Amino acid sequence: MVVINFISSKGVLKSVNAAEGETIMDCAKNNDIYEIEAECGGGCSCATCHVYIQDEWVDKLDAPTEMEEDMLDFAIDVKENSRLSCQIKIDKTLDGITIQTPEKQF
Amino acid sequence: MGNPIQTDALIIGAGPVGLFAVFELGLLNLNCHVIDILNKPGGQCAQLYPEKPIYDIPAYPVITGQDLTENLLKQVKPFSPVFHYEQLANKIRKQKNGNWLVETDKGLVFDVKAVVIAAGGGSFEPKKPNIPDLDKYSKSIRYSIDKVDRFKNKDIVILGGGDSALDWTLQLYDIAKSLTLVHRRDKFRGAPATVEKVMSLRDGGKIQFHVGQVNEIIGSDGNLTAVKCIKENKILDLPCDILMPFFGLTMSLGPVDKWGIDLSDERIVVSTETFETSIPGIFAVGDINTYPGKLKLILSGFHEAALMAHAVFKRINPDEKHTLQYTTTSSSLQKKLLNQ
Repeated sequence: MVVINFISSKGVLKSVNAAEGETIMDCAKNNDIYEIEAECGGGCSCATCHVYIQDEWVDKLDAPTEMEEDMLDFAIDVKENSRLSCQIKIDKTLDGITIQTPEKQF
Repeated sequence: MGNPIQTDALIIGAGPVGLFAVFELGLLNLNCHVIDILNKPGGQCAQLYPEKPIYDIPAYPVITGQDLTENLLKQVKPFSPVFHYEQLANKIRKQKNGNWLVETDKGLVFDVKAVVIAAGGGSFEPKKPNIPDLDKYSKSIRYSIDKVDRFKNKDIVILGGGDSALDWTLQLYDIAKSLTLVHRRDKFRGAPATVEKVMSLRDGGKIQFHVGQVNEIIGSDGNLTAVKCIKENKILDLPCDILMPFFGLTMSLGPVDKWGIDLSDERIVVSTETFETSIPGIFAVGDINTYPGKLKLILSGFHEAALMAHAVFKRINPDEKHTLQYTTTSSSLQKKLLNQ
């Protein structure tokens, strides 16, 4: 099991157990992280699973693909550390990662 | 209210499941009109992922959303459904004879024996940027263009980097007083030829382009005068009469929410036998419904459409003896399907 820490836009921390192989989006949906919408269900087609990765973790992730960058154009309040959570697969190197969810997905 | 359009069933949503509902109802001699909020058929398949492959349509190892839509349109052609695009089903009223009157936001009225909600994730609406007081200036903020004249000699700021942002830039730059495009990066997602044209406008000084983000708007009495744009930690003041954000579309249940149908977690509760909602004569198929074990898959929606169609038939023809016919063997069905 891998621990994922979600911090809501209001600053509330929720730490959950995730399985390796699932995406951060799956993990968020399974654990009622309500600020993740994921309208398209994980197809990198809607930009409503947008998250901010805590700075020290940004470089530990594979860089976003061009498809993800394109889709991030449709997210709201995109920052340097923005990612689409459906494109991040969980493995044990992400144990303890901290992810902030945005106030708005649309 | 204008003169109502009379038909057997009104289908709300022209996505794959709405289209297949036309087919299943058509096999039972029931005629359909179809409305959709988008300007084309296909629903999410057309809007969200036209070029992305789908791998779980039975008998298609792989098919794109666009091709699936086109095939379904071919499949329903023998039944001559009538499509009405860019309309939202707004109001619904039961009549004394048991029919439903449905009125769209564009003023079309349908008088139908059954209403079939196949609206997927709901109706599409533009995503709004997260800018304080955005709603106060709603008359200065446009998500689409109705009358081009409205944009003449105005200072226009367009946000985004996809096809919509680029297309409207090309459409409006020469009638606007000024046009500024603001995007979070200097790469664009649009068609290469479009991107090239926009870049040459920028290089020729016909438009302004900033890599940045608008986070504040300024104006008075509901009219915008300027926006503030953060660009590399500096704040730029951009003159702005009309702000046009293009961050794609999102889905919401929309007016269906107010029709009094039983919902669970923003989905419409249906019987798995008939796909009828809590209100007799109103049916729901595809992603918009929910029931124990529901899987949000196109193939589930197809199954639901078949059962719904038979239930609609029984509702409309309670006394008629009804047997299931097969398209492989029924000569009357084959006549219908080939006689196009």
